Amino acid sequence: MSETPQPSMSLASPDTYSLSNKQKLALSLGTIGLLILVLAFANFGLSANIWVLALALGLISTGVVLYARAAYLDKIPGIKNDGVWYKSISSRGILGWLTGVVLTSFYIVLYFYPNLLGLGVDGAANTGLIALFDPLSQLLSGRDASQWFVYGTLYTVAILAFGYKFMLKYKHNKYQQLRTGSVMFFQLGFAFLIPEFMYRLNSDLPYYDLKSMWPLNYYIFDEWSVKAFLSSGNIGLGLIIFGIVSVFVISPILTYKYGKRWYCSWVCGCGGLAETAGDAFRQLSDKSTGAWKLERWLIHTVLVFSVLMTTAVIYTYLGYDSNNFWLTKDLFIKLVIGFLTLVFAVIIIFKHKELGKDAKYGAIGYFVLLVALLVMHFTGTTEEVFYIKASSLRAAYGLYIGSIFSGVIGTGFYPILGNRAWCRFGCPMAAVLGFQQRMFSKFRITTNGGQCISCGNCSTYCEMGIDVRAYAQKGENIVRSSCVGCGICAAVCPRGVLKLENGALEGRINSNDILLGNDTELRDLINKQK
Amino acid sequence: MGNRKHAVIIGNGIAGVTAARHIRKNSDMEITIISSETKHFFSRTALMYIYMGHMKYEHTKPYEDSFWKKNRIELLQEYVTDIDTDQKKVALQSGDALRYDSLIIATGSKPNKFGWPGQDLPQVQGLYSKQDLDKLEKKAPNNAVCKRAVIVGGGLIGIEMAEMLLSRNIPITFLIREDSFWDGVLPQGDSELITRHIFKHHVDIRLATNLKEIHADASGNVKSITLAETGEEIQCDVVGLTAGVSPNIDFLKDTSIETKHGVLVNRQLETNIPDVYAIGDCAEQHEGIGNRRPIEAVWYTGRMMGEAVAQTICGHRREYNPGHWFNSAKFLDIEYQTYGWVFAAPRDGETHFHWRHADDDKCITISYDKSTRLFIGINTFGIRLRHETMDRWLTEQRDVDYVLQHLKEANFDPEFYRHYEKEILNSFTSQTNQITNA
Ligand SMILES: Cc1cc2nc3c(=O)[nH]c(=O)nc-3n(C[C@H](O)[C@H](O)[C@H](O)COP(=O)(O)OP(=O)(O)OC[C@H]3O[C@@H](n4cnc5c(N)ncnc54)[C@H](O)[C@@H]3O)c2cc1C
Ligand code: SF4
Ligand code: SF4
Repeated sequence: MSETPQPSMSLASPDTYSLSNKQKLALSLGTIGLLILVLAFANFGLSANIWVLALALGLISTGVVLYARAAYLDKIPGIKNDGVWYKSISSRGILGWLTGVVLTSFYIVLYFYPNLLGLGVDGAANTGLIALFDPLSQLLSGRDASQWFVYGTLYTVAILAFGYKFMLKYKHNKYQQLRTGSVMFFQLGFAFLIPEFMYRLNSDLPYYDLKSMWPLNYYIFDEWSVKAFLSSGNIGLGLIIFGIVSVFVISPILTYKYGKRWYCSWVCGCGGLAETAGDAFRQLSDKSTGAWKLERWLIHTVLVFSVLMTTAVIYTYLGYDSNNFWLTKDLFIKLVIGFLTLVFAVIIIFKHKELGKDAKYGAIGYFVLLVALLVMHFTGTTEEVFYIKASSLRAAYGLYIGSIFSGVIGTGFYPILGNRAWCRFGCPMAAVLGFQQRMFSKFRITTNGGQCISCGNCSTYCEMGIDVRAYAQKGENIVRSSCVGCGICAAVCPRGVLKLENGALEGRINSNDILLGNDTELRDLINKQK
Repeated sequence: MGNRKHAVIIGNGIAGVTAARHIRKNSDMEITIISSETKHFFSRTALMYIYMGHMKYEHTKPYEDSFWKKNRIELLQEYVTDIDTDQKKVALQSGDALRYDSLIIATGSKPNKFGWPGQDLPQVQGLYSKQDLDKLEKKAPNNAVCKRAVIVGGGLIGIEMAEMLLSRNIPITFLIREDSFWDGVLPQGDSELITRHIFKHHVDIRLATNLKEIHADASGNVKSITLAETGEEIQCDVVGLTAGVSPNIDFLKDTSIETKHGVLVNRQLETNIPDVYAIGDCAEQHEGIGNRRPIEAVWYTGRMMGEAVAQTICGHRREYNPGHWFNSAKFLDIEYQTYGWVFAAPRDGETHFHWRHADDDKCITISYDKSTRLFIGINTFGIRLRHETMDRWLTEQRDVDYVLQHLKEANFDPEFYRHYEKEILNSFTSQTNQITNA
């Protein structure tokens, strides 16, 4: 007889580790839906009929929804993490690895071999899976589907269906429900429908997801993109101005008021998928200090790379003569350097105390960027920077960061690295917002005096791998650049220790060596001894 | 070694470990923690979550394994059998001995047993140590092996054990001596709300019921229990004994260290023997501090005693002087917090105000002085409060009216949660009006 519960194949069942009949039915429906897609993929003679697609997507969604209802609907509201570490799918068991392999393969095909999915090359008609999505694409935007349309549709369906599941799981938690509703809305409207409709209105506009900002949206300032915007009249100009304003004005204001969560947990599509379809994997993030170190190096390297890459790309298509266009190469480089220096100076002047050791790394990053930019300026031509074609730099970024990191590893490895590996280690947007969150934001997670019992639920379920307990058991607020404000740590804490709040900057970062509850004189003494 | 002083700590629980950390912060002493249960410090309070599959054992360790070496804290997984206070030596089970300059006894508790027939059968157990957890995993892996479990004793650990077994769909009979769950501690309204909540989870809860005997089958395994009151026999495969804990100090029997239920200490946490201290669950004050009990077996008091004793050992002799009482727990899905004193029955001159939400999953009880209206304490269920605010109000000696009017400032629920302060205040006003009009 086995001594531990049977590793279960279930994704979410909260009370037993085997599936109920309802859940088995739900799983079967979902599987049939997936099977239809596989048949289409295998060119199995399915007609590209909108009803076939509707059936497939309908079955998949119904499967997830029924499954979630069976798991949570009749249960007393509360934390539903029973058996998470016994289930194969959520504890890096066989099912977890298999899912990882399937997802990763899908991403590789999607990014690098779209022809396998049936993408028609050189004007040929689509076949296979992509052809199955043609009617829907025609309906929305009046053109045939691309691999990105297929991906976008599946992505949206996943966020909606698993978003529903997540909302049921946290039916007692208004914060969780609202933010999930929000990512579902932004995905469906802003990332999926609006761009398609915009194309219908004005087919010269490049695909533009209004909520996707630079540097996450790394191609917005590419020459073709900018040209396309500029050549499509006032709307285009308006959109590109909106793009710039959202990076330099809207985003900083919102991050100041609410922390980076306004984006990462309420708006962003990558975050949206991570929080919904990826929810079952949040506990797999690495909490070691080693991983934290790696995170800081990686994410900032990606940020430096993306700043450089974008500057280089813009730089090459700008001219030398201000008579042609006011923004010349020369002026542009000066503006970039001026801006970086301003940011750097402000931080060093106002925040050097808070930064401590990190100030050194910040300075290194700044100088690397500065030197790189200068070298670029003095070696750059219209084609080349650093003696490499700017377009190759851009292509390398697109390949390694945009595709491999964010897609293949970021999502494909959900069941292995947890659901936010990309957000934590790679996303340059997260780096920018996180930097601001750490420096100038009202957001923090407050810890509740002496109530922490060091149980570890918060750290375990932090998808960003933050050792929340390390702060909570010292009575110290959590002010970390990587925190996406998902609020799960606060939800799973059995003692009501954590609260996400926006408050005064004063006293936001409070380092304690002893908590509330003990002799006040002793607390003063110990806090002085530090 | 050199001539550095050696602090030896027996027990790597929250008390011992906190003492070690603070000694390290304040001195260059050599520090050794001896403990027999596990090599590394883990959070006992999280034991239930391992069985329930929320966490693995690794997740319950509050410090990474590299922490100890980095902080030059020696860990020794050994059992202490005896202490020679004249020679200043502790004797280990392996036969070795260790010299100390300062000795801290932080050996925690053990589950109570009341001499029930059958209490030593293989499927009968308490829930205190990592070993207890491993045993439960063996004896109650699922509801095929364990078709029913009986839990004896309705306290904080009993309810945790019930939640654990429920997570594996194991049917439970829960024997509670009192008329309502934990009503020796909780006021009636609070206690009854929790009792109803336990029922909702389909636990067969038997109130005012005692265990008489545990029966074994022919091969010596638990097969059933009988109840004292009715003589009813209940078939079961596992029996959990959760009728409280007491200090784990049997190994001190032959030493000259003075003990009663626990190791007797003064306010500086010193025992009768110089350089020997006791902290945490196993320490007993000669007299309770304020309204506190002489033995305080909770997590944070262990931590605070560790903080205090470290100062004394490092040459800043101090009293253990805890602030306002507070605590928290969770009963299945309902969180509980308490600040100040709310006794099961109001003491002389005190009265209770109780409010309950219509959904029957939230309530509060406030205790205050009838004549001065001084706020004495608050229990909340399903509503989180801010420790700092409550602590300040207790220090400022606010009256009950102030507290109820400003309750919103103390709310600690997640953003967007519904607030009940208005409802509570209205209910309070109408209740007090009724009293004054009557
Ligand atoms: C299941 C459970 C849940 C709990 N939940 C809560 C809660 O939610 N909130 C709360 O405030 N409190 C809770 N408590 C109580 C809290 O865990 C204890 O008060 C606290 O752990 C006591 O810490 P300590 O350091 O005094 O002792 P312990 O944690 O018991 O540590 C003592 C250690 O010393 C070892 N030891 C004993 N004798 C010897 C010897 N002779 N030689 C070597 N080693 C020895 C023991 O094996 C043990 O590892 C809970 C307790 C349990 C069992
Ligand atoms: S903050 Fe809450 S979840 Fe985290 S360790 Fe403390 S009690 Fe546990
Ligand atoms: S610290 Fe809490 S809110 Fe922040 S990312 Fe981690 S779990 Fe989410």
